[in-house]
Formats: sequence, structure tokens, C-alpha cells
Amino acid sequence: MSPLLEVRDLSTQFATRNGPLKAVDGVSFTLAEGEIIGLVGESGSGKSVTGFSILGLVDPPGRITGGSVKLAGRELVGLPASELRRIRGREIAMVFQDPSATLNPVLTIGTQMQLALEAHERIGAAAMQDRCVAVLTRVGIPDAARRLDAHPHQFSGGMRQRVAIAIALLNRPRLIICDEPTTALDVSIQAQILTEMRSLAEESRTAVIWISHDLATVSSIASRLLVMYAGRIIEEGPIAAVLRQPHHPYTAGLLASLPARAEPGTDLVQIPGSTPSLFDLPPGCAFQPRCGFRTAACTIMPDLVPTGMGRSHRCHHPLGEIPA
Amino acid sequence: MLGFMIQRLLQALVVMLVISALVFIGVYAVGNPIDVLISPDATQAIREAAIKAYGLDQPLWKQYLDFLARLVRGDFGRSFIYNMPVLDLIASRIPATLELTLVAVLGATFLGVPLGMYAGYRPDSVLAKIIMTVSIFGFSVPTFWIGLVLIFTFAVQLGWLPAGNRGDTATLFGVEWSLLTANGWKHLLLPALNLSLFKFAMMVRLARAGTRETMLTDTVRFARAAGESEFTILRRHVLRLIAIPIVTVFGLEFGSTMAFAVVTETIFSWPGVGKLIIDSISSLDRPVMVAYLMLVAFFFIIINLLVDLSYAALDPRLRTRRAT
Repeated sequence: MSPLLEVRDLSTQFATRNGPLKAVDGVSFTLAEGEIIGLVGESGSGKSVTGFSILGLVDPPGRITGGSVKLAGRELVGLPASELRRIRGREIAMVFQDPSATLNPVLTIGTQMQLALEAHERIGAAAMQDRCVAVLTRVGIPDAARRLDAHPHQFSGGMRQRVAIAIALLNRPRLIICDEPTTALDVSIQAQILTEMRSLAEESRTAVIWISHDLATVSSIASRLLVMYAGRIIEEGPIAAVLRQPHHPYTAGLLASLPARAEPGTDLVQIPGSTPSLFDLPPGCAFQPRCGFRTAACTIMPDLVPTGMGRSHRCHHPLGEIPA
Repeated sequence: MLGFMIQRLLQALVVMLVISALVFIGVYAVGNPIDVLISPDATQAIREAAIKAYGLDQPLWKQYLDFLARLVRGDFGRSFIYNMPVLDLIASRIPATLELTLVAVLGATFLGVPLGMYAGYRPDSVLAKIIMTVSIFGFSVPTFWIGLVLIFTFAVQLGWLPAGNRGDTATLFGVEWSLLTANGWKHLLLPALNLSLFKFAMMVRLARAGTRETMLTDTVRFARAAGESEFTILRRHVLRLIAIPIVTVFGLEFGSTMAFAVVTETIFSWPGVGKLIIDSISSLDRPVMVAYLMLVAFFFIIINLLVDLSYAALDPRLRTRRAT
């Protein structure tokens, strides 16, 4: 069976005064129907731009400079704007980080849902109302019929994000890209949304790309993990295996810096140095200046090597036992 | 809402009181109206009788209170020049100014806002640059000069449109309107164009700035991610989000044009209130000046109230804040 989404060698650049900036540099991965993957990295690692590139929503001066994105075998890169528009929302939907910024503050929830529905089909007022109420109820909004006339500011942060998720689910997309959708929420609400999102995806066989900088949230929802650094994927694998034994020193550093893994009373482990500027990447592996394992070999860019069991890494000196 | 209305009403009363004092000091207390009212060769006895009859022998505060008492009764006196009640005089001139203002301000808004939105949506396009050039022109060239150029071009050289006066009118609700006849429209076109150019420029700038800013927000990204068309996004999301400054300027421009279309009305001999006030200043027709200034203040208070009410209609967040 062919995968739902197949991304190959995707590259997205931003034209800047200092020359092109490679925000996404040769990213490849596949996603099966109903699968949830986590896309993890620091800010500036290219994870959000990857999400926007899949949707064809890169704002100028950015543009996709190469590679391919196939949804159920259909190439999306290079599609005319009108075709892409028809795919957005209906085939691939997206949820953003801050629901108070994404929802339109001056329109009612009902109007915003109506606009999202009407973008893809003609539908009568009664049917529309039923669809909206059903979806709102599914994402856990009580008394949904009455809430359609409410404005975003009349909802709490968590409820607002549920509304945004409801709008994303409205046209029953096959893939939802979630760009840090719980980062702006309270921790207790985060957990609720994560759980609900997982069961929603399972029920409707919707695939999810869960973008986050937080390994902990990702590990509770995703089955597979992609780690990005400086525009490239540096490690990929089933989430449990990667967490048990990361192969890339950067992934290991991320894991070690999780508060939950630290001994109480000790300082958190930090990755030394800071994220390199994309204008000024070191030769070879982008992580080598911060890496404790670097050797002369690291000035040559390592390939993303598959090591079996669905895992691969981009490192000359991988950690742990690598099956030969 | 009721509390808000009462509060605004009290504010309006205070403003009117202050204005009345300023107008009284400005117009009544400076100079001697007796010199205008009676012939210079009148005897001292007649003179003193007239001073007594007009209450000018009273102390200033007493005169002001009398003036106020007459205002409250709606008694603005009689025009020295036209020898008719001032209110009737002004009321007979208002329709001419009102229709000129309506055409100019509405035309500027309905043309300026879409063009400005386009210029903000595609800032690098040729059309956007043309629109912005016209708007700079509208801002920087003085009204009287444009008026003369318009007359010279369209009335004198081309002979397409009349150079002045109101033309044919038709009666509706007991009022004469040029808007109801083709000949009236011909007369209206040039002065309205003259008046609207500055307002058009302002609307273009406002709409452009608002659109540019709004297009970068997550609200627009989210709507795009839902597959909504660019036209829907502009019309349903962006227009609503930029409406508040536009409505504000619309109100202010409407008020100031009603009150001070003096230059245009003079150039095009348009028999409106602006022309009336200029004539009454040059002929020292004090009752007209007083009534006019009080009317202008009243007008602005009403317009500001309407603008504030429309804020609440446009931005639901203001509604709740006011309710609490």
C-alpha cells in the first residue's frame, strides 16, 4: 500500500538580503494513513516551515525550491494555487500554536466554521448547523449549538484551541498538521487536548504531523519521531526506540535536558552552545561545533543512514549499538 | 448599554455648554453689534434704547445666561442680512451640503477602501503603485487648486460639465435634492470629485496599511489553511478586521466636510452651509455664525456617538467590556 503522504528531498528557501536561507534542506519522510508522527526541533530548525511547505503555504520571500510532496500519489509541489486551495482544509488541514491569534476575533465561531465549510462545498443552512454542532461536540465543547453565536474571546484558551481543531476537522481531512497546538496552553489542558487529539485521529483514521519543540508532549501522542536540526532531519525512528537509545548526539542532548529525566535537586543538562545561524552553518554536520563526539570526519556532511527497524540517523559517530 | 448612553449624553451636554461659552465670548463679547445694527447717524437716545433692548447694558455673565436661555428654547435669532430666522436659513442650505458631502465621502470610501485593500494585498504590483501615486497626489495638492483645474478642464476646455451652481432639483420629503435629477448630478460631479480626492487618498492609505498588517497575521494563515479563497479572506476576514479605523475616519471626514466644505462650495458657487458661513462672516451676520458653530458642535457629537456605537457592532470584544 502506498503511503498517504510522501515527502522527498523537500527544500524551502527564503530569499533574504544576505542571500538564500535554506530553512528546509532536503527533508524526506513518509506517513501512513492514520499515523501520528512527531516532528521535533528547536525554533529555527525548519519544522514549522516543513509543515507550511506541505500545505503550499510558504509566504514570500520563501518558496519551495525542490523536492516533492505527494498526497496519496498526487504531486502537490508546483500545483496551481487554485488546486492547492481545494486541497487545503479538505485533504490537509492545519492547526496553529496560538488560538487567540488564529481565530478571527470579530467573527462568531459559527461564521468562521461556515467560511471553512463553504470553501469546499455548497451546503444548506440546516445541514451546516448540524455539521458544526457535531464537530464542536466531538472536540468536547459543551452546549455547542448555543456556542455557535459566540465570539472567540468568550472562550477560554483551551476551548479556543478546541474550536480551531474543530474547524480543521470540519471537512474530514486525511492529514492534520498541528504546529505546536498545545504550547500556548496550561499543562492540564495540554494533556486533555493531546488525549483527545489522539482518539480523534484514531476514530477518523486521520494522519497527524505533530510539530513541537517539546519531546515530552510528542512522545505521548506520536508513534514515530523525526528530529530536525538546521533544516535537516538528523534522526528518525519509532518513538519508543529513539527515546530508549537515541543514535544522534543532538537527540541524546534533547532527551537529557528534559526536566522529567533529571535527578531532583540537580541542574538540568544543557546542550552546550546555541543553535547556529542558518546563514553561517559550519561545514559538514551542522551540530558538530556543539557536539562532544566530533572528529575531523564531521566536517563532511553525513548521510541519513537507515539502520533497520525503521530507524535512521545522520551522524558519523552514532550512539548506542547500531545493528550492522 | 443604557449606562453608556447616559454617560455619553452627559458628556455631550458638557461639551455643548463649553462650546456655547466659547462661541459667546468669541462672537458676542468681541466688538459692538450695535454698530452693525443701527445706522451710524442715529441719535444717542436711539442708540441707548437699542443697547437696552438687546440687553447689552447687562453684565457679561447675565448676557451669557440670557443667550443660553434663548439657545435652550431653540431661539437663535434672526439673520441681519436675510432678515429671516437663522434656523430656517441654515435648514434651507443643509440639503445642498448634505448631498455634496454624501456623494464625496461615500464615493471616496467605496472606491478608496477596495483600491487600498488591493494595494495592501499586492503591494509590488503596477496597479498598487499607480493607486499609491494618485493617493499622494490627493494628499499633497491643495483643494482650491484642484477645484480650479477641474473647472478649467471639464467646464471651460471640454465643456462637459457645468462650472458651478446646483442645477435642477427635485423635491423629496419637502426638501430640494440635486441627486434626483440628471442635471443636478452633472452639477454635483465636479465639486464632489474635488472634495473627495483628499478623502479618497486617506481611505486608500488606511485600507492599505490595515490590509498589509492583517495579511501577515495567523488569522489569515489559518483561513488559508482551511482552503478559503483569497477573495473570501479579503472580504470576510480582512475587511472586518480593518473596519474600525475606516469607520472612525469616515465619521470624522463626514462631519468636517459637512461643516467646512467652504473652499469647494465657494469655488463652485455651491449654495450650501459652507458658502453661507463665509458670506455671513464677511457681512458680520452674527446670529448665523453663532447658530452655525453650535450646529457644527452638535453635529460632531452625534457623529462621534454613531461611530462609537458602530465600534461595538464591529468588534464584539468592546461589547462585553462595556457590559461589565
